[in-house]
Amino acid sequence: MPYKAKFKVWRGDVEGGELRDFLVEVNEGEVVLDIIHRLQATQAPDLAVRWNCKAGKCGSCSAEVNGRPRLLCMTRMSTFTEEETVTVTPMRTFPVIRDLVTDVSFNYTKAREIPSFTPPADLAPGDYRMQQVDVQRSQEFRKCIECFLCQNTCHVVRDHEDNKDAFSGPRFLMRAAELEFHPLDTADRVPAAQEANGLGLCNITKCCTEVCPEHIRITDNALIPMKERVADRKYDPIVWLGSKLFRRTK
Amino acid sequence: MTSGVGAPARASIPARTLRTDRWWLPPLLTNLGLLTFIVYATVRSFMGKWYVVEQYGYLTPFYSPCLSESCLPGSSHFGTPLPELPGWIPLGFVALPFLLGFRLTCYYYRKAYYRSVWQSPPACAVAEPHGSYSGETRLPLIVQNAHRYFFYVALVVSVINTYDAIVALTHGLGLGNLVLLLNVVLLWAYTLSCHSCRHIAGGRLKHFSKHPLRYRAWTLVSKLNVRHMQLAWTTLGTLVLTDLYVMLVASGTISDLRFF
Repeated sequence: MPYKAKFKVWRGDVEGGELRDFLVEVNEGEVVLDIIHRLQATQAPDLAVRWNCKAGKCGSCSAEVNGRPRLLCMTRMSTFTEEETVTVTPMRTFPVIRDLVTDVSFNYTKAREIPSFTPPADLAPGDYRMQQVDVQRSQEFRKCIECFLCQNTCHVVRDHEDNKDAFSGPRFLMRAAELEFHPLDTADRVPAAQEANGLGLCNITKCCTEVCPEHIRITDNALIPMKERVADRKYDPIVWLGSKLFRRTK
Repeated sequence: MTSGVGAPARASIPARTLRTDRWWLPPLLTNLGLLTFIVYATVRSFMGKWYVVEQYGYLTPFYSPCLSESCLPGSSHFGTPLPELPGWIPLGFVALPFLLGFRLTCYYYRKAYYRSVWQSPPACAVAEPHGSYSGETRLPLIVQNAHRYFFYVALVVSVINTYDAIVALTHGLGLGNLVLLLNVVLLWAYTLSCHSCRHIAGGRLKHFSKHPLRYRAWTLVSKLNVRHMQLAWTTLGTLVLTDLYVMLVASGTISDLRFF
């Protein structure tokens, strides 16, 4: 049954803004992005929102709904009661451009800081061969749709703007892990993860995992294994001695 | 709040969080749970009595191994190489610091107390109260990287606890034996589900296909690892339950239910 829902939507830009109240129709089966589009069509034609696929696969419509980082297109209205006020704001970690649209270029800067896939020098493209069992760990991380909700919710940068230089965020530490685990990647990712990407700043409170719409176990499968590899190198003299004595490689 | 969500250029929203759910409840429950265990464990560790039932061979894990001449008869399964201890030193002092270290540096407990005790952050998308943050990059928190060493010692202590449970079985079978065995099984599950164990078992490899046995071990530990949080809390409960049962039987408050 259609009903009128109470919405609060943040309107503004870098100069300032506020939460504005709207009363808007909701129909069965709709998601929050549908309601935002209805607002654009009926009450706020200049409301800015970034969106694309409406299927939870492009990662464009990231925002915060009732304070929780979510994809607007994957947040069903049926999860709210009809009496509940639904508050929609832009992501609060990145600079705002206008209304629900933020400048996520921080993430592209961090992406460029991760050295790309580095196959063996004597292996030509087309000759890559690997066992499924060896590549499967990296494949989980390939599900990432780069919605940057994990980057947005990570308190290291969300609550401390000054950490943005030193910390790449969970998405790009996961990218380092993806390449580190890749059977054909020859680059040494571990020192860079700790030093350049700021892995030591992560205190594994798992918010990145909680908000991931692809349900990637970022903390357990990427960040903690990378922390353990750093511990191998920097904090475990036994592993260090063993690798020297027995010349063990991975 | 000028450096976090209130930083210039971000959307101007005065509220620390706009979450409408009870986000404060999990950290509150975590604090209560941890505080309860710490108070109980501290009191029992320093109590110095009712930790062994000689007749049935029950020994509480809080006093194992008991290596001092101060230990009551039947509690020293590995002899008494240490002299009598003053009352302010817990009789389980050999293992307790390492078990505490194992849990303090555990990846799950870190998440739990960073969120609940240190509020960093108290919940996802709820601004933390601290003005600066350096994570685990400097002392004292850089010591968290020593988790694997505590894991190694915890393995030894698990073997000792298993031995204690087996020794108790040589005295017959009672409800206390089942409590001790349940505790030991869950302690093993918690210890083996540790993230460092997962890494050591096979996680550090790049090519699983070259190490099929270690891959198998990694797979098994990974299955347990998914339950690490549940096991962390369950074992706190079974440690208290086991100790409480031994204390009640040892003090004569209840009698052990004997099967044979």
